[in-house]
Amino acid sequence: MNRKGFAGRLARLWIVPVALVLWELATRVAAQPYFPAPSSIVVRIQELWFSGPLTRVLLTDAAIESFGPSLGRLFAGWVLAGLAGVLLGVAIGRSAKLADYLDPILQFGRAVPPPLLVPIFFALFQIGTPTQLAIIVFGVIWPVLLNTADGCRTVDRQYLETARVFGFSRPDVLRRVVLPAAMPKIFAGLRLSLSLALILMVVSELVGSTSGIGYGLLTAQQNFLFVDVWAYIVLLGVLGFLLNASFLLLESRILAWHQRARRTI
Amino acid sequence: MSRLIGSTVLRGAVGATGLLVVLEAAGRTGLIDTTFLPLVSTVLARAAELAVDGEFLAHAFASAEAWFWALALTIAVAVPAGLLLGVARPAEVAARPLIEFLRPIPSVALIPLAIMLFQNQLHMRMSVAVYAATWPVLINTIYGVRDVDPLAKETLRSFGFGPGSVVLRVVLPSAAPFIATGVRLAASVAIILVVTAEVVAGGINGIGIFINQAGSGNRVDLMIAATAWVGLFGIAVNALLVAAEKRVFRWHHKRLAGVS
Amino acid sequence: MLELVDLTHRYGTYHAIDRINLTVKQGEVVCVVGPSGCGKSTLLRSIAGLIKPTGGRVLLDGRPVESTPDNLAVVFQDYSRSLYPWLSALANVSLPLRRRGLDRKARDEAAMAALTEVGLGTAAAKFPWEMSGGMQQRVSIARALAYRPKLLLMDEPFGSVDAQTREELEDLVLRVCAHHGMTILLITHDVDESVYVGDRVVVLSKAPGTVTGDLTVDLPGPRDQIRTRELDAFVKLRADVGRMVRGMTNNNHHEVEHR
Repeated sequence: MNRKGFAGRLARLWIVPVALVLWELATRVAAQPYFPAPSSIVVRIQELWFSGPLTRVLLTDAAIESFGPSLGRLFAGWVLAGLAGVLLGVAIGRSAKLADYLDPILQFGRAVPPPLLVPIFFALFQIGTPTQLAIIVFGVIWPVLLNTADGCRTVDRQYLETARVFGFSRPDVLRRVVLPAAMPKIFAGLRLSLSLALILMVVSELVGSTSGIGYGLLTAQQNFLFVDVWAYIVLLGVLGFLLNASFLLLESRILAWHQRARRTI
Repeated sequence: MSRLIGSTVLRGAVGATGLLVVLEAAGRTGLIDTTFLPLVSTVLARAAELAVDGEFLAHAFASAEAWFWALALTIAVAVPAGLLLGVARPAEVAARPLIEFLRPIPSVALIPLAIMLFQNQLHMRMSVAVYAATWPVLINTIYGVRDVDPLAKETLRSFGFGPGSVVLRVVLPSAAPFIATGVRLAASVAIILVVTAEVVAGGINGIGIFINQAGSGNRVDLMIAATAWVGLFGIAVNALLVAAEKRVFRWHHKRLAGVS
Repeated sequence: MLELVDLTHRYGTYHAIDRINLTVKQGEVVCVVGPSGCGKSTLLRSIAGLIKPTGGRVLLDGRPVESTPDNLAVVFQDYSRSLYPWLSALANVSLPLRRRGLDRKARDEAAMAALTEVGLGTAAAKFPWEMSGGMQQRVSIARALAYRPKLLLMDEPFGSVDAQTREELEDLVLRVCAHHGMTILLITHDVDESVYVGDRVVVLSKAPGTVTGDLTVDLPGPRDQIRTRELDAFVKLRADVGRMVRGMTNNNHHEVEHR
């Protein structure tokens, strides 16, 4: 793969244009209003969100109005959950007793479908951004927390013995041995949380919101604007893809040692 | 060893009861307004009542039905597709970009589309659940097939077995533990998607509908109790499938002992 | 400087080492050799304070070892798990020096000096997974050297490298430790190596490990891979130690056969 370089990797994507052409043909032949042609979806996406002035990278007012709040909630919730999850996860992972005490609670917390938090939180608190934020934080903290705890608990014994032999202080053991060793698992948890945060963002906007991408999607559906519904789905798909891809890029930068070390062993 | 397990279970029980007791005390002393968040004892009582409540059970049954058929359909579609892509390397290379573009689409975004496409609420719920649950099964199946020991395949081939029997006798059994893991993940995903579709789309019956109705009646105690049952159902399904995997694939776990 | 008094350790019902008595003098290179499963690692881990022995005492400079002592370093056999893959060679060597209260610049200088001493001055920025096994073990040795311990414990330090690298590393350790006047306790299963490296060879029996022999190696220094190994004295010593180690295994062999 690496030998062929960028061109080779691009060539592997031949199926994407083929699939698009087939999709286009199929929708034109079927001529069903529920299944608009991809070309008309793309045109609608451009109209809705990317026909704005150049100075705003083509973004329309509608785009800024709906992307802004959505992405703001998504990232704020994810970052807060990530910080809290790592902190709690380290504490739980480094103390077997604490882990024992909390295990059933954590297992239960993880098992509750996060989207069910949406109606409960909206019944408890006012509908609005703070509640949506709370839903995202509470819903996506589990993968980070459990993965961090697992990563901190399963640090190679020899790493820790080396640290003991050379008399590392407790903060040093944590910061320079345990955390780096647990980092691959922490990142795996953060990645899961990111995709979950996107899902919760959409659900919370579908159920109780007056702004954001999910709200736009809901309005389109309620008004039977089929092309718009598809446009929103494609937009969310692209958003999910970009979030995942940029996170993977970040991960491969930060965890270069991990990926290359694994390749050589 | 058994004392060790004993103390772990004991501590877990202490932790869980401790949390419940603290919350109960917070409610009783007025630290938490009980009109805002109901008492733990109230929620527990509601949960117990719901377990024998015919109406609730009908809702639960509707959700379980959608979940079961969604999972069955997922397995029926994703396992053969995964086997095919796993065996035929070029097909997998070709399909991978499509998988990587489709998988990150947040499945809940498809709910409004499914509402428009399906008049039948069971089909609507199943469709979104199948979409989300397919990925773990598909990817684990491909991975499992890829992991098959080539020596085992060659051994069988050298005895004159055709490609069909090689898949049936070697590939499928050795990939089975991975497929089982994928199915277990898919089971949890399908639960989430079914109840989410219910909450978002509404309908006649289903746990999500029950929760919505309790919400409009401002019955937070019932909402929490019902949600707790969904969580417990998820834990039970997961535990059951883990136990089944351990039993059925003892050979596999022995081989991987210490690896994972 | 190191004194073991009736050192005994059991893991549950398994009796790993039994009443080991041993004294190591300042500046001595002592090799502990024995068949596999003779509790060599248990011995080393007790001395390093990584486990608390169930019986007997470990005295370092006359003081009992309780936690890991600060004038002791260990070179483990499994270099791939004792170097941190997320740190460069330089960072791996300089990290333990934080305990010495040096500032960052002084730590890096000391680490660089140690890496240069083991012949890795130009590879300081490399990561462990970019290095061969022999290079990684050199980094481990450099880390121990930079730490300036009085006692250096080595657990099968050359067990995972090829024969030629092994010879290079043996000479390297002898040279730099003599230069720094370090006391070394080296654990190995290799009879040949124990005689070549050691001033003294201590033989352990199979589990429960106990001292069955203690020979002084009276060979002229500095040692040389070719010339030392062809000395009559070397050949004789090697045979003596070999007999002591194998004597045990031969007996076992008989037991198995007659059963």
